[in-house]
Amino acid sequence: MKEEGYDYSVVQGFAFSALFWLFVGLAVGLWLAAEMVYPGLNLAPWLAFGRLRVVHTNGLAFGFGLGGIFACTYYMLQRLTRIRLAFPRLAKFHMYFFNAAIALAALSLFAGMNTSHEYAELEWPLDIGVVVMWVIFAINVFGTLIKRKEKQMYISLWYIISMTVTIAVLYIVNNLEIPVNWFKSYTVYAGANDANVEWWYGHNAVGFVFTVPILAMFYYFLPKSTNLPIYSHRLSIVAFWSLIFGYVWTGAHHLMLTPLPEWIQTVAIAFSIFLIAPSWGSVINGYYTMRGEWDKMRSNYLVKFFIMGITFYGLQTIQGPTQGLRIMTGFFHYTDWVIGHVHMGTMGWVTMIISASLYYMIPAVNGREIYSVKLANTHFWLILVGQLIFTITMWIAGIQQGAMWKASNPDGSLTYSFLETVTAMYPYWKIRFAGGFVYFLGIVVFGYNLLMTLKSPEEATQPRTA
Amino acid sequence: MYSRPIVFAIMATVVILVGTIAMMVVPLTLQSTQPVSPLVKPYTAVELEGRDIYIREGCNNCHTQTIRPLRTEVVRYGQYSKPEEFAYDRPFLWGSRRIGPDLQRVGGKYPDSWHYRHMDNPRSMFPKSNMPDYAWLAARQLDTSYSYKKTHVVGYGYTVNEVNKNLADYLVRVTSSAYIAGDARDKVTPPVLKDKLTEMDALVAYLQKLGMDVKNLNKS
Ligand code: HEC
Ligand code: HEM
Ligand code: HEM
Repeated sequence: MKEEGYDYSVVQGFAFSALFWLFVGLAVGLWLAAEMVYPGLNLAPWLAFGRLRVVHTNGLAFGFGLGGIFACTYYMLQRLTRIRLAFPRLAKFHMYFFNAAIALAALSLFAGMNTSHEYAELEWPLDIGVVVMWVIFAINVFGTLIKRKEKQMYISLWYIISMTVTIAVLYIVNNLEIPVNWFKSYTVYAGANDANVEWWYGHNAVGFVFTVPILAMFYYFLPKSTNLPIYSHRLSIVAFWSLIFGYVWTGAHHLMLTPLPEWIQTVAIAFSIFLIAPSWGSVINGYYTMRGEWDKMRSNYLVKFFIMGITFYGLQTIQGPTQGLRIMTGFFHYTDWVIGHVHMGTMGWVTMIISASLYYMIPAVNGREIYSVKLANTHFWLILVGQLIFTITMWIAGIQQGAMWKASNPDGSLTYSFLETVTAMYPYWKIRFAGGFVYFLGIVVFGYNLLMTLKSPEEATQPRTA
Repeated sequence: MYSRPIVFAIMATVVILVGTIAMMVVPLTLQSTQPVSPLVKPYTAVELEGRDIYIREGCNNCHTQTIRPLRTEVVRYGQYSKPEEFAYDRPFLWGSRRIGPDLQRVGGKYPDSWHYRHMDNPRSMFPKSNMPDYAWLAARQLDTSYSYKKTHVVGYGYTVNEVNKNLADYLVRVTSSAYIAGDARDKVTPPVLKDKLTEMDALVAYLQKLGMDVKNLNKS
């Protein structure tokens, strides 16, 4: 059933942009994973590990992540306000601007223009571009919200509003820098201050890109694809406000046992533990929404993605606070363990939810059925298995690495040289590559399924079932 | 509030600003967060250039520069890090991942010649290392056209003459026949650049400065 009267060209445009950057980012990720075992693959300066790693993180967090977020936001915004976007031409401009910015970002990072601030690596001219892009996006969000026909704002809109304002604050404050020339600048903060500002930003970039808007999708698309209302509105309210309140306190859990004042670390850990509550508020809301309807896990392919996704979110938000505790961080910080944490969140939670959201939207905006439910199921199992191979391997590797760094002989000297602790990781890094490859195959199936959906015949009258 | 987007946006902003002010703005105003010490010296112009190359190549994606107060870590890398040591670091380079060892106190650990050979080809020294080759850094002349401006922007307070003298002195040092690492440098540097400053020279200068303020203090 084609949904009329809305502007869906940008939804589709952003969805396929996200898919494109997902491919690029994953190809780079596989190359990186291989380089860690076969350093001969550092074939050229622009392919060297140090430069490539930031192309991977930026390409996926911002090309894929933000692209998917913009696609879903423009869709949810129109459906939940029951009007067209306030400024459709501006939205289209946003789409071209976004892709140009990501392409330039990738090129500049390949070229080594890099501020070294994690998740804020872009140099100042691009930073200005990002801010302009964000303003363009915000104009459409608020313009549409102000003109809306539906009086109450649904939960997803709360998450979208808080993302829109918070990312603006974070990005501008952390990127204050003084230019030397067009390609180089220095941050205005020094030393421990710079570290503290950076991880206030870095943690909340994870919070307001990889959590808040993904929850917006979850709260919208899960009820939509099951026809079940969210279990508890009150729980949603409490979880929302305590989540955004708590998140900004916790950045320093990335700086445990560094020269940052101890009280900042301690408060950050306290709030990290506090965050379990609102995070699990959403997990429980999701699970209880399905109560009595669990057979939908089998009959409705989208539910699998959503429920697996929220499950990994639940695990992630237990693992995160735990690994921040002083006794744990002393062991796990800087090891492969954290790489496991990162990829459970991104490959498990973020990808599962964005995948299902695109599977819901692309057929809907084209008035078509999904090309193949079977392929969607294949996609699900491949990314699930690939992710599990990847993350479980990294956790085991992290434990061994942490133990080897700490091992000492009876006389107090170290048991292992650093290089021995590196070579001990090679088998794990090879398995990680294999896991990543399986996951990549899943994404290939995903892309094929979406593209074929565009080509399949229009089914104007059939209501969508799945 | 749930039917007023602008009010809602303002509320959300206020809610996130509470933690932001407590954890980010207040620490910026406290001296204890980033103390300074007369014993810690800013980077020289050539060291700062080396540091920028370190950033450009993303060495911080594999190497940390902060030693935690844990027994085995101090045995492996040296004295744990003090906040004073980072007063001139813009940006900070503490890192978040150790694929390679910590480098905060690598200065003086090896002679310059070791670094030239290692950067040229880590596997010639450690066959199982996965650090990339950086041989090409020796084939690139160091661009010093912004050296003064850079030290000026980060506020190190050098004059133009001081910067030029520092660069000229360092060139003399690495090209003089008395330079102990001269052989190693000659082996990796293309003939046309032998009497110029290369990016590798600057990077080695930077690596040799890391942690030296504390090491010198211990000696005296
Ligand atoms: C893929 C990750 C990786 C990257 C990128 C990398 N390194 Fe390394 N580095 C290592 C590993 C692993 C070792 C330990 C084995 C060895 O010495 O080669 C190491 C060792 C070192 C050492 C010796 C430290 C000691 O105490 O023995 C120095 C100095 C060093 N690297 C400098 C650099 C610089 C400068 C860069 C950037 C131009 C860089 N590294 C980029 C992985 C990396
Ligand atoms: C084929 C799948 C993937 C592979 C093979 C892969 C590989 C890698 C590798 C090798 C690293 C560096 C690890 C290290 O430093 O030891 C890394 C880091 C990272 N990857 Fe991936 N990745 C994949 C998927 C993803 C996805 C889907 C996302 C996000 C949506 C993502 C986000 C990140 C981030 C944020 C980091 C930085 C982690 C940190 O700094 O702690 N990756 N990845
Ligand atoms: C309650 C929620 C969470 C808490 C308290 C938490 C805690 C942490 C901690 C303590 C670290 C640092 C580990 C170290 O370096 O030693 C970390 C790293 C990270 N986490 Fe989480 N986490 C949470 C949820 C998430 C979610 C949902 C994601 C989504 C993808 C995520 C993505 C990341 C990433 C990308 C990093 C690596 C940052 C870097 O070093 O570059 N986290 N987390």
